[in-house]
Amino acid sequence: MTRCRRAGGRPILWLAILASLVISDARAQTTPLEASAAAPYGAPIEDQNPFWHAELSQFEERLDAGNNGLRWDSEAWVGTDETRLWFKSEGYASAGQTHDGQDEALYDRPVSTFFDLQAGVRYDLDSFAGRTWGAIGFEGLAPYELKIAATAYASEAGHYAMKITAAYEALLTQRLILEPQAELNGYSRPDRPMQVGSGWSQLDAGLRLRYEIRRKFAPYLGAVYSRSAPASGLSREQWRLAAGLRAWL
Amino acid sequence: MSDSKIRSDGPGPLNRRRFVQGLASLTCGTARLARAGSPLPNGRLEPADKSVLLTVAPLSFNVTGRSRIATAANDSVPGPCLRLRQGDVLTARVTNRLAEPTSIHWHGIRLPADQDGVPGLSFRGIAPGATFTYQFPITQSGTYWYHSHSGMQEQTGLYGPLILLPRDPEPYEYDRDYVVMLSDWTDENPMAVLSNLKQQSEYYDYQRRTLSTFVADADRLGLRAAAADRGMWDRMRMRPTDLMDVTGSTYTFLVNGQGPAMNWTALFTAGEKLRLRFINAASMTTFDVRIPGLAMTVVAADGGDIQPLDIEEFRIGVAETFDVIVQPGNAPAYTIFAQAFDRSGYARATLASHAGATAAIPALDPRPLRTMTDMGMQMTASRPATEMSNIDMSQMSMAEMASMMPGPAPTPAANADGVDPARMRGQPSVDHVADHPLNRLGEAGTGLDGNGRRVLRYSDLRSLNPDTDNRPADRELEFRLTGNMERWVWGFDGEKFSEAGPVRLRLGERMRFVLVNDSMMEHPIHLHGFLFALENGQEGHLPIKHTVNVKPNERLSFLFTADTPGCWAFHCHLMLHMEAGMFRTVIVA
Repeated sequence: MTRCRRAGGRPILWLAILASLVISDARAQTTPLEASAAAPYGAPIEDQNPFWHAELSQFEERLDAGNNGLRWDSEAWVGTDETRLWFKSEGYASAGQTHDGQDEALYDRPVSTFFDLQAGVRYDLDSFAGRTWGAIGFEGLAPYELKIAATAYASEAGHYAMKITAAYEALLTQRLILEPQAELNGYSRPDRPMQVGSGWSQLDAGLRLRYEIRRKFAPYLGAVYSRSAPASGLSREQWRLAAGLRAWL
Repeated sequence: MSDSKIRSDGPGPLNRRRFVQGLASLTCGTARLARAGSPLPNGRLEPADKSVLLTVAPLSFNVTGRSRIATAANDSVPGPCLRLRQGDVLTARVTNRLAEPTSIHWHGIRLPADQDGVPGLSFRGIAPGATFTYQFPITQSGTYWYHSHSGMQEQTGLYGPLILLPRDPEPYEYDRDYVVMLSDWTDENPMAVLSNLKQQSEYYDYQRRTLSTFVADADRLGLRAAAADRGMWDRMRMRPTDLMDVTGSTYTFLVNGQGPAMNWTALFTAGEKLRLRFINAASMTTFDVRIPGLAMTVVAADGGDIQPLDIEEFRIGVAETFDVIVQPGNAPAYTIFAQAFDRSGYARATLASHAGATAAIPALDPRPLRTMTDMGMQMTASRPATEMSNIDMSQMSMAEMASMMPGPAPTPAANADGVDPARMRGQPSVDHVADHPLNRLGEAGTGLDGNGRRVLRYSDLRSLNPDTDNRPADRELEFRLTGNMERWVWGFDGEKFSEAGPVRLRLGERMRFVLVNDSMMEHPIHLHGFLFALENGQEGHLPIKHTVNVKPNERLSFLFTADTPGCWAFHCHLMLHMEAGMFRTVIVA
């Protein structure tokens, strides 16, 4: 418990630093329109308004003969066109334990037509040892409408990690959408307390068929393949069926 | 020829209303009150001081079966039709009964800058509870409109017709005079619409290409060509179905405030000539308008008389106006059919020989696709011709073909924001740069060329009166119309309003504005305070406009004289593009 609290204190500090960075950056970009010649009586339009987004991209029950598990993968952002604060959370809960928990808070800035630079902190919150990582990466839309993200991490213990995600949406009809998706995690060193092995030790890929009852509300069925090579013990590989919900606000 | 041919205080429900000098004589049929439409009253008014009172207040409004709160002038959507005569001095007292600031902008009207009604530029806006008095002389004539320039009030109903009768007799005859004001309505909060687009740009596009359209393409073109075509668009991360940002999936399209089922109706007697004043007061919708069974003669564009053009269909960009004359025959009714450019729905009204008569509503045309021309890609034989199927080349004249080829080398124009367009490429705010923009004024537009009907083209517009100002431009400024569809950001020259400074013109300077559309969407660009001559090749008779709908990959220009000092707005009239930053202040001093 003590160790958890100590490790957990750091992300909050990081978060505070991130938030102040985003706010000061947003302020720096805000022209004092009141005084500007282009708008002698104040802003005629509001093109610097912040927007926000919160999405559960995976919220699913994975069927596994008597050992079902709940997988979540979510993201949220808030901010302007130029500066945003992102939050990401993912993990897997089964048999009273959570595994592979990853929670990130990232400062996000568009750097090209289709890609954003993201930097911040990741904390691995699950039933095992917590780890805090610094994070830096890119997220965006690659040619052929491939949504990808690649993030590199460095932990306080001198471990390095890398996460790559990719997803594609194939429209079978206007509302029936097939989404192949994959997430690959790699670690520079094995980490027994975290139960991860070195190398590209975790792969979680799925093929999900969702029906958009509304854009923001889409139940789905899918087949999920996961492979993990823990620091000790046998690597585990399995196909499972999944039923879940994709929803956003 | 003369006004005497126009009926005074025409038939229909308006007869029940009293027309007295003053406010009532300035207003005409508010469609919400009158199920059947009414011709404009023809008060024979001498130029005089005309007063009008407008009260802006919330109004319970229901066009979808669900009641919503509209923003209305004088409890009506559209607001009252204001009818004035050239030479009048208008005094408009606008009282704000909303909980937020409001404003009225007089679209296309030449007036002093402090009367233009743009909060931030002309004045501070009209605070809740306050009254602002506009006063300015009417120096022009034609079909115009007014609307709010505050927040999203234009989307929620604050717009109305502004009809300016000429001092001199008009060069065309008609028996009845109707306003056909097109608009779009959503039950959603317009801020939520903008938020949805910021989160997912194709949020409202339910006509995307799918597996089944791929199978159809493969069947038509062969698997290889269909796959190559999909691959090309996907590689560019663009959607060829990206025609309108907000579609019929949330919009109900209105004529004079009435949805297709309510069927706004205007009466005629066989053989009469009707003047229909089309005004596109929509926030985000381009309409393609036709009246099956009737030829239309276009006599004015954006309020300016043109040499009459006989056509069967016209595209009307947001904020444009076209006056057409039709002469219904013996059929009991004709449908005015205004389909949304992306074919996701339509506005409909009826010309009827007696109340209740209706005519068939035509099927929507097939949804068009963006073309390689829109992308600015060279048309070579090796390219799969998928998207070119929209344009039937065999029906095009050589002149039309030529107009699609790259235009003459642009004269050097300074970029209005001091931006080098080549350096915009790859910026977060820009997803496409048109390297070889074309003169596309000779095209009717995506989905119209080659549809078998005679469709109005900008190159056809020829002003009735010769140019009043033949001076060459003292200076040229180029504006690139830019955006990033994926991020849903819009601006000029890769910059939003808040990122750019004002554009400064010297008082009296003769200006040429060059617009180059780098984006994949049309932008109806509107300049406040001035009427400009669109350089469409009709030398000596350039048409005079206030709004020009610029096609993707198009380069066009217009001339005007900066003869009125002050701060003027220059923006895309797609309301959400404007609100996203596609806006500049032009300072004339």
